[in-house]
Amino acid sequence: MNPVAREFKANARRLTADLRHRDLIQTALGKYEAVRDKTKAAFQDWQAARQAAAEIKWEAVNHLDRYLDEFVRNLEARGTKVHWASTGRQAREIILGIIREKKARSIIKSKAMTSEEIHLNEALEEAGFEVVESDLGEFIVQLRKEAPYHIVFPAMHLSRGDINELFTRELGSAPTQNPEDLTMIARGVLRQKYLAADIGFTGANFAVAETGMISITENEGNARLTAALPKVMVTLLGIEKILPRLEDLALFLPMLATIGTGQALTCYNSLYGGPRQPGEPDGPEEYHVVLLDNRRTELLADAEQRDALHCIRCGGCLNVCPIFRNVGGHTYGTTYSGPIGSVITPHLRGLQEWKHLSYASSLCGACTEVCPVKINLHHHLLHNRRNASRQKPSLAEKLTFKSFAFIVNRPGVYRVVKRAGRLLQKLHPLVKGTRLDPAYSWTRTRELPPIARQTFKEYWRNRR
Amino acid sequence: MNERENIFGRIREALRVAAPRPGHEHDSPPHLDAAPAPAGNTRQWLPLVGNSFEERLALFEKNTAALKADFFPVKDREELGRRLGELRDREGWKKIGAHNGELTNFAVAELALPLCRTDPGYEVADLENCSAGITECDALVAQTGSVLVTSRSAGGRALSVLPPHHVVLARREQLLADLPGAFAFLKQKYSSNYPSFISLITGPSRTGDIERILVLGAHGPKKLTIFCL
Amino acid sequence: MKSEHSAPIILPQCVLCNRMKVTLFIPCFVDLMYPQVGISMVKILERLGHKVECPEEIACCGQPAYNSGYWDEAREVAVKVLERLKEAEVVVIASGSCGAMLRVFYPELFAGTVHAGTAKTLAGKSYEFSDFLVSKLAVTDLGARFPAKVTFHDGCHGLRELGNYEQPRRLLAHVRELELVEMKEKVCCGFGGTFAAKFPMISTAMGEVRCAQAHDTGAEYIVSNDSSCLMHIQGLLDRQGSRVKTIHLAEVLAQS
Repeated sequence: MNPVAREFKANARRLTADLRHRDLIQTALGKYEAVRDKTKAAFQDWQAARQAAAEIKWEAVNHLDRYLDEFVRNLEARGTKVHWASTGRQAREIILGIIREKKARSIIKSKAMTSEEIHLNEALEEAGFEVVESDLGEFIVQLRKEAPYHIVFPAMHLSRGDINELFTRELGSAPTQNPEDLTMIARGVLRQKYLAADIGFTGANFAVAETGMISITENEGNARLTAALPKVMVTLLGIEKILPRLEDLALFLPMLATIGTGQALTCYNSLYGGPRQPGEPDGPEEYHVVLLDNRRTELLADAEQRDALHCIRCGGCLNVCPIFRNVGGHTYGTTYSGPIGSVITPHLRGLQEWKHLSYASSLCGACTEVCPVKINLHHHLLHNRRNASRQKPSLAEKLTFKSFAFIVNRPGVYRVVKRAGRLLQKLHPLVKGTRLDPAYSWTRTRELPPIARQTFKEYWRNRR
Repeated sequence: MNERENIFGRIREALRVAAPRPGHEHDSPPHLDAAPAPAGNTRQWLPLVGNSFEERLALFEKNTAALKADFFPVKDREELGRRLGELRDREGWKKIGAHNGELTNFAVAELALPLCRTDPGYEVADLENCSAGITECDALVAQTGSVLVTSRSAGGRALSVLPPHHVVLARREQLLADLPGAFAFLKQKYSSNYPSFISLITGPSRTGDIERILVLGAHGPKKLTIFCL
Repeated sequence: MKSEHSAPIILPQCVLCNRMKVTLFIPCFVDLMYPQVGISMVKILERLGHKVECPEEIACCGQPAYNSGYWDEAREVAVKVLERLKEAEVVVIASGSCGAMLRVFYPELFAGTVHAGTAKTLAGKSYEFSDFLVSKLAVTDLGARFPAKVTFHDGCHGLRELGNYEQPRRLLAHVRELELVEMKEKVCCGFGGTFAAKFPMISTAMGEVRCAQAHDTGAEYIVSNDSSCLMHIQGLLDRQGSRVKTIHLAEVLAQS
């Protein structure tokens, strides 16, 4: 097992035994689920909406060259400077280049998972620039020097006590357990940063090809401020975020909110089509959009799994995944966690190194069931498993399955093995639950049922 | 070859193999140029919005209440002026931000407070000191209780989000039924020249980042008041 | 009379009593560890007037290899199943997960091979047990009696791959003196086949959550249409020393 997989298992072992963590997550998710289901029920036809959303994304992704071209043309026509980055490193260099050119010193950021993906903050800080996350959850995990726990709820794993302890320590603020007070502390700190920042950095939820606009969905207003006050605005987004038409947002914005947070719409859904236009009283003088590939085109080339690029990053699959709920977001050890992360990470970061995430699933299918754009998530986990075994088969496993086939396909052999099994079962109590037990991975925590005195096949044969 | 060409090259290469359409994973591969997805049925799947103006107004009122935004239909300018004055006194406003507009100019005159006018330009520190930002809007959306603003209709990007209280002055005729209607409206009004900023505001700013507990006024306005003439 | 070259259109069906020849596919873990599940199914089907046959030669649908990504090895097992069940009139599978394998995954496993058509045909005539009773036979009342408070755990494959939510519940609704209390949500028990052995701690945690949800209902029995789920849940319940028992849906329905 490679070190990444080993670390995953070790963290999973630790987190699954952490009942406090389990309780915190179940409670947070319970609240979310109640509102999500209520909001979903208000739709006249949720399933039809899913199908339509899936088809719109299919159209966008399967004609990506056409829509990307349209998007960029419309953006550039109104003064936006568009940059192209094949890799994360190129994206970082482009962004650093903009910062240096503007002689900027402080950067205020609104939430952008794509920036986590390319490790932008570390690069900027290393280069001597101050980067402040303005989204409350991101601000909190930034102070804690840890990665976001969840793509929509970055600080889901923390209690108010944890946050109070963090603020008093890092900000020197007055202690309080009140969530409102804690929020106001962060608001006060970040206010100054908005007013002083030279560069506002955002991600994007959607990119509308027809009108050349990026769409940002948020509740706090931090992205709006990031896009309003600084003189220079930079948006980083993956090339797959494209939607063909403005009207598509009428479907996608409420679906994203419904599954993402359980709201009919989030507080602010804003469209940005360029720098400040003539006659506009404010807004950035310069607007840069950085389009990121970073191996998305490799996923695109896999026609079987291409629909994983339809993802609107709602986090819905994370929320329903029983594995996610028990091991938590950090255990995955990579930017995108949960089922979507398990599906795409092998494509974005390497199959052999990240295949274990696809194996760490019971394939229950809850993710596929909830996905607003009908990505065949759990089947793609199977596809990853197949691709990984084809690319680098494990001799031990191949042998195991070949022997298994040999046994089950031959009734005579099957009978012999069954009799041997019955015999071994008699000896089993001697080693059960110990390291010598061949069934240790089971008996460590569970009892194993005995082979029946009379199996079904024996009963059936006796009947005749 | 520049990066743009590299990326487009990879995209085109990748798309040479068609992916199955949603729900047809086991069918034979589709033609990429087959008819595009049926558009325009969104209205039939989104939540119901009622058939009459009165129903929709009631829906808007219900939604804004649930969002903890204040919604006041007003009969005439006289009532609007009075209510604005009451609001100013109750909230203790010291200074307001506003833009040039028929209703906003009326409001500014009524309130008789120190003013930060965002158009044609303003100092951020000046706007930051405002107790409230008063704007007009492009539309109200009944389905979601939203206010549609743009940098042109609401005095820029910051006026409606920086001050802690956002006051919207709307007219009854501006009430649209649903989201498809809102986007159709935008297209119709601005398609030759869109503003650089458009926003659907749905309630005062909020966060649930701390234990999923709702807190208002995370960064944007803690209070949203909508007057409808 | 069946022609070698055509599909079996003239079925061995008794015109008078709509009698079918049901091929009951008993997967290995049901055969070895839960034979009473298979025996209950035979009892029920024969009581309904159908002829039951249980193929001796096949014991596995090939899912373990398939789920692990070894599709060639899975095909080795599955092709035997295809051959043996080719002439079957209708196939009933004693487990939701194996049912899903035949109905949903065989077409994918054999896509692009010479067996593609056979796999598709087999998929079309295969049913999980509760689905067969309710959807195919239109039978919901088996005259069963089971005086106990029970809760129902839906195996994920049966629930999401096959869409079998209503069927078990409609059957349970007609069981006399049975009280059904639902758990608060539909969530995976954590078995997941090889997952239970590859990631035992996660599997156990998921199972513990499920057991707790079952305990919360106050039920004496956890009923399911998937023995593999019950094996996992019962294994945990035994380790916990719980008084709650697990039982397969077929066993409940066979009781009178």
